[in-house]
Amino acid sequence: MTAIASVRAPEPSSIPARSHLDWLESEAVYILREVAGEGVKPVLFFSGGKDSLVLLRLAEKAFHPGRFPFPLLHIDTGHNFKEVLEFRDRRAAELGERLIVRSVEDSMRRGSVRLRAANDSRNAAQSVTLLEAIAEHGFDAAIGGARRDEEKARAKERVFSFRDEFGQWDPRNQRPELWSLYNARVNSGEHVRVFPISNWTELDVWQYIAREQLQVPSIYFAHRRPVVRRKGLLVPVTDLTPPRRGERVEELSVRFRTVGDISCTCPVESGAGTPDEIIAETVLSRVTERGATRMDDQTSEVSMERRKKEGYF
Amino acid sequence: MSYLGDIERNTAAPATANGSSGLLRFTTAGSVDDGKSTLIGRLLHDTRQIFEDQLAAIERASHKRGFSDLDLSLLTDGLEAEREQGITIDVAYRYFATPRRKFIIADTPGHVQYTRNMATGASTAETAVILADASKGLLEQGKRHLYITHLLGIRHVIVAVNKMDLVGYSQVAFASVRHAFEQFAHRLDGEKRRFYFVPVSALKGDMVVERGDRIPWYGGPTLLELLESIDPSEGNGLQAMRFPVQLVQRAGGHGRAYLGRLASGEVSVGQKVVVLPSGRTSTVKGIHAWHEDRMTAYAGESIALSLSDEIDISRGDQITDANRPPRAAQSLSATLVWLAVEPLQVGGRYLLKHTSRTVKAKVVWIKHVVDVETLEKRPASGPVAANDIAHAVLDLQQPAFFDSYHLNRTTGAFILIDELSNQTVAAGMIV
Repeated sequence: MTAIASVRAPEPSSIPARSHLDWLESEAVYILREVAGEGVKPVLFFSGGKDSLVLLRLAEKAFHPGRFPFPLLHIDTGHNFKEVLEFRDRRAAELGERLIVRSVEDSMRRGSVRLRAANDSRNAAQSVTLLEAIAEHGFDAAIGGARRDEEKARAKERVFSFRDEFGQWDPRNQRPELWSLYNARVNSGEHVRVFPISNWTELDVWQYIAREQLQVPSIYFAHRRPVVRRKGLLVPVTDLTPPRRGERVEELSVRFRTVGDISCTCPVESGAGTPDEIIAETVLSRVTERGATRMDDQTSEVSMERRKKEGYF
Repeated sequence: MSYLGDIERNTAAPATANGSSGLLRFTTAGSVDDGKSTLIGRLLHDTRQIFEDQLAAIERASHKRGFSDLDLSLLTDGLEAEREQGITIDVAYRYFATPRRKFIIADTPGHVQYTRNMATGASTAETAVILADASKGLLEQGKRHLYITHLLGIRHVIVAVNKMDLVGYSQVAFASVRHAFEQFAHRLDGEKRRFYFVPVSALKGDMVVERGDRIPWYGGPTLLELLESIDPSEGNGLQAMRFPVQLVQRAGGHGRAYLGRLASGEVSVGQKVVVLPSGRTSTVKGIHAWHEDRMTAYAGESIALSLSDEIDISRGDQITDANRPPRAAQSLSATLVWLAVEPLQVGGRYLLKHTSRTVKAKVVWIKHVVDVETLEKRPASGPVAANDIAHAVLDLQQPAFFDSYHLNRTTGAFILIDELSNQTVAAGMIV
């Protein structure tokens, strides 16, 4: 039977070894260049967090020695860690790229965001400010650092993901995405979200940070911080998140795995002071990135999906 | 005939020995109740990829729905609607890694929108894992899975003969399923594809990651060992150089540079190239990867090229091997997987995206439609509906530069986009 190939000796190959990071990087650079080629007015979400810092390095590689063909945009909830905001501003200045900051507090003043209490989590409210910023500038493609491994609802997200004129995601009616032939076409008022590091995991991100020797905000590394234990999470003690009655404040060596809105982001106990030590801890970790750190995702089985439908990152 | 299952345990080169083996993309296909979700759950679980909070979440959800056992399929059902209906409705991407490789799984549902989803998952995969039920043999669905992996040009197919525990781990049962698949594959494939057969019990964990001790008569590799050793770039070194230009950088350290990802072959400094559609020839002056200047680059790498001559080149053009240029035509014969609810009609006009180039196209003739139930060709009497596979001829507004899909999965593939709705309506493979 000749139709089925027999076992052959491996072909002699002079092609040098390529690690999974090389492959992931090449794919992400390709995606960024496709956005620049297809999108009329793209923008890149940049928070100063590790995933968006990886995106900036990938954009440097995609467009070197030219400038980025898009500005950077951050939605400030007003509840961000100051170390991360300082880092954000410093990195944007080093690169000489334009950084646009829009704040949830402006949306609150306009009345488009209404919260029950001033200290309520503003994490979900970011979606409103984000969509306002996209409309204000007329962006038609928004590049983000979301990854499919983060959460179940994201496992089915496209690399180029369509958002309707209300900024909404319809997970049951997504455009089929074949090969690397991305469909970036939208009508006026609609946009696509583009996720160049869709195929990366938390471990890949840290391995890349280590390989590229990327600087990241200090709170990603172990530091001593007052925390309380609540529902299996460590809650940082801050002005926004004071201890509740009966809770005991402890000072522990912790690090943040994600650095979102203070009101819903929790650190993990850690002694890791370098990317390599974080990689070692990540390999042994028994809890997912968001499971260990995000109060907002524990609300229900579908909380991320609901936020995403509403226009969240 | 031979297949890896019968030879000595595969001792292929380590993960660093060839072009892209640090990573393998594979797709999984199985009929309803073949135990596909259990198999994926087993792969993730036994390679220690499932986290405690994920396990706790599916325990809670299994309990809520009245299951006494852990329902591993919940790991792969990501959307609210899927969990409510207990079915998978879309392709999900999952990740795991071993010390040898990182894996990306495109997990495709077995029934709903079956052709469309499986084609999507297969389009980016280098290997397919097809589930067969040892107690049922080769069913119609299994034939369709083989057919679609064939259509999408997947060269490595692993048939995981599952539920061996239900047939008493019988060697005869395994051989019979294998024989049925081989017979059918022989009928289907004129081209060279590699088949691997492995007897497994996803439920009990035999031959997936661990060998177990219940299948002593099988001396071949486990499923994971196969996945770790398959060389996805096998044969790719023979491909001609193709470089679709994504962007042109007019100013910079190297003068004018062309940005893109090498679709196939190799490119070296000094190599003679032809630029299409202009037909102008030149030589490669430089290969740039950020701060590094290279002498050679390989398929899959994102690079910047500069040429010795000033040539007018823009996005959508191709820089290719001067000695082995692609075909050029203003009319394409192609196999279409129809994806949209609105049917395909003769005379339909679409946008065709091929590499980095988008042109207008018109479907002028539908030669025949393949019945995915029987795999018989029938004349296209009526409109072509979602999940149909059709052979069609398209006229293009401008010439395209392409290769046959079976020779080149990048320059032989295209999508059709509806100009009004902007929906992706078809996947095309050039004959």
